[in-house]
Amino acid sequence: MEEKKIFSVAALFDTPDDITRAAKETNVAGYTKYDINTPYPVHGMEKAMKLKPSKLGIITFLLGVGGATFAVLFMSWVAIVDYPLVIGGKPFFSWPAFVPITFEVTVLSASVGTVVAMIALFFKFPHNSHPLHDTNYMKRVSSDKFGINIVAIDPIFDEAKIKEFFAKLGGKEIETIYEEPFPKDIKMFDKRFIGVLVLIAIVTAGTSYLVLNKLLYIQPFTWMAEQDKGLPQTKSEVFSDGFTMRPPVDGTVARDYVPYEYKGLKDSAVVNLSNPLPFSKQVIEKGKTSYDTYCSPCHGNFGKGDTRLRDQFPKPPTLHSDKVRNWTDGNIYHVITNGQNIMPSYDKQISRDDRWAIVYYIRVLQRSQNAKDSDFESNK
Amino acid sequence: MTAIDYTQEIPVVEGRPTASQIDEVVSIPMNTKPGKVWKVLIAITSLMLLVGSVALGYTFYYGIGMWGNNNPVGWGFDIVNFVFWVGIGHAGTLISAILFLLRQRWRTGIARFAEAMTIFAVMCAGLFPALHTGRFWLDGYLFPYPNQNHLWVNFTSPLLWDVFAVSTYFTVSLIFWYVGLIPDFATLRDRTTSKIKKTIYTLFSLGWRHSTRHWQHYEKIYVILAGFATPLVLSVHTIVSFDFAVSVIPGWHTTIFPPYFVAGAVFSGFAMVQNVLIFVRQAFNLKHIITLNHLEKMNQVMIVVGMIVGYAYGMEFFIAWYSGNDFEMFTFINRALGPYAWAYWIMVTCNVVSPQFFWFKKLRRSIPVMFVIGIIVNIGMWFERFVIIVTSLARDYLPSSWGMYTPTIYDFGILIFSFGLFFTLLLLFVKTLPVVSLSEVKAVVDGAQPSHKGGH
Repeated sequence: MEEKKIFSVAALFDTPDDITRAAKETNVAGYTKYDINTPYPVHGMEKAMKLKPSKLGIITFLLGVGGATFAVLFMSWVAIVDYPLVIGGKPFFSWPAFVPITFEVTVLSASVGTVVAMIALFFKFPHNSHPLHDTNYMKRVSSDKFGINIVAIDPIFDEAKIKEFFAKLGGKEIETIYEEPFPKDIKMFDKRFIGVLVLIAIVTAGTSYLVLNKLLYIQPFTWMAEQDKGLPQTKSEVFSDGFTMRPPVDGTVARDYVPYEYKGLKDSAVVNLSNPLPFSKQVIEKGKTSYDTYCSPCHGNFGKGDTRLRDQFPKPPTLHSDKVRNWTDGNIYHVITNGQNIMPSYDKQISRDDRWAIVYYIRVLQRSQNAKDSDFESNK
Repeated sequence: MTAIDYTQEIPVVEGRPTASQIDEVVSIPMNTKPGKVWKVLIAITSLMLLVGSVALGYTFYYGIGMWGNNNPVGWGFDIVNFVFWVGIGHAGTLISAILFLLRQRWRTGIARFAEAMTIFAVMCAGLFPALHTGRFWLDGYLFPYPNQNHLWVNFTSPLLWDVFAVSTYFTVSLIFWYVGLIPDFATLRDRTTSKIKKTIYTLFSLGWRHSTRHWQHYEKIYVILAGFATPLVLSVHTIVSFDFAVSVIPGWHTTIFPPYFVAGAVFSGFAMVQNVLIFVRQAFNLKHIITLNHLEKMNQVMIVVGMIVGYAYGMEFFIAWYSGNDFEMFTFINRALGPYAWAYWIMVTCNVVSPQFFWFKKLRRSIPVMFVIGIIVNIGMWFERFVIIVTSLARDYLPSSWGMYTPTIYDFGILIFSFGLFFTLLLLFVKTLPVVSLSEVKAVVDGAQPSHKGGH
């Protein structure tokens, strides 16, 4: 049989006074690798053992400052950079409103982080296979006794001498604690070990799949979303023509709608129509708004016909060609109102005045793209 | 009456029990089969859970239209109960953190229990805002996370502050509680003879060895956590009060709300802790650890915070008049004399009048009296939240948009559910974990610390 390795020599004391004295004496005797185990923190023990003050506070401070900084920077980034929204007419960086969350994040990160740091870094826990566990010594200090044990790695460790030393101090139940022998027959490809690994893999993969691909997309109740109603652009089973969207009843006239008298009569429109609006800045701005909404998707913001429909459509023509520049106002108005080739009629979407305003704006665009020297002169 | 010797501190634990006696008495409930009383009690609380689950199921299936909430009273029982339960939780943190910082040694006997109540109360509280969102399976959106829609939560909204405050409060309370439990788990691990229990205790004790090199950090972290929990507990009810105070509803838009809410929270929390402790010390033979002195001190705290609450009621009226704001004045007159006057006067009677009995030492130390007053205070504090929320919403600025609030049976069902949840968890707690902190109580028994010959 193999010889067991000594972990430490331990002794128990009955009162807090005894253990405090024992700690002081152990220090005096020159031992450094020893520990005192007590069922509750005994006052003044750190002093007797000459321990340095705990450095946990430093970690708390760093984590707290880190949490606060993160919270402020994150909220500022969201409010200023990523998704600026005006809320209640306040500035984007309205710091007073950030205070509560900054405080909560500081407390959360500092306290959770310190606890984790204490358990994992300071205590090196979980540590359930320590030699002291399940010894008589541990069972007593866990309840009502006060124990001291000098560990074998101490430079002046000598089992017999320490036992004598403890007996002199008045220690009871002096015993030697041995280390658990490390089991030798641990195999990498044990059947049970492989089985557990496979089980973990199946459970993890299965759960992740179900949660991420199925569970997240299940809506418990969708009554509000699913209603018996006709949606635009869908097929209807009610109407004979199959369209859900209905045109107005024949002869319906919208408010402020003026029927176009030259429908399909381009020649007379070109001759007879002229712009009834005054040529003013206000009218041009009105024209720009309507142009940007209705005309620019095809003709482009500057009327150059250079939109993304350019190559996949019968090409939307530029408005700066000689042909269009030489049209009368009535001709442009007629094309907007009546439609031409693939361009539909806009008389139901744009009011009469707005169509005339667009005509002015197109003139402005044309002139801006074909400016003469005299235009620059007059601006001087 | 015998003269009291003020030179001698009253012992925190009576009778000077030895450490092993403390272990023994505290671990009895965990090592014995539950008795008849416990079984009857858990049957009742489970029944409450069951009844409440029906109400919860209806709410889940048909939506919150089953509740009495309406337009204009958009916040009803849901928010009343939320504020009520968060308030109950505050006593636990106050006892475990604030009294710890104030070096009140008498807190050790009741701290573990009060912390457990905090955790369970916050769980009950969290239920209500979660349900109140309507489609609660989407509650994940309450937290800011990088999502596909590139949307973030509104960091300037008090409702979001609430999400952060309550979840932080729950997390910090839970780890505070757990850190306190680690040495006790180790003691239980070394005491138990059952193999299953030993495995569980070993797992949770993380390998604690009662080492002084560990106690040193452990005591430090206790101070740190107490130092954080103290402002945290004040911030939680402050932020809950911001839900109201930041709005522009008359009766809500006041700066007195944060301190007023915190005092109310401590008031109701102490009443609840005191009520439950009366049963616990009786049932588990802990009368020498949770002494009459403890209960008396809790009653003294209740007088103080009860008076603060009473002062706040008076000050609200004064400011309503002093501000010269017609709507504020109307709101408060309406509270006292309007259609919800009955609720207002229940509140005043329970919260301002009933604690006055505690001025008399005899009544303060009488178990039946303090039990009844504790219950009355909790009824009163529930009505306080009802009065604040419902009366302000029911009659605000425009008489044309006034409306009354009537809770439905489902509102009551979910209230019963929350009480069932709270007491079920509490009953399970007293049978599975040490209701008194072993290591802390051992440390405050007379003679537990070195005799200071010649002082420090």
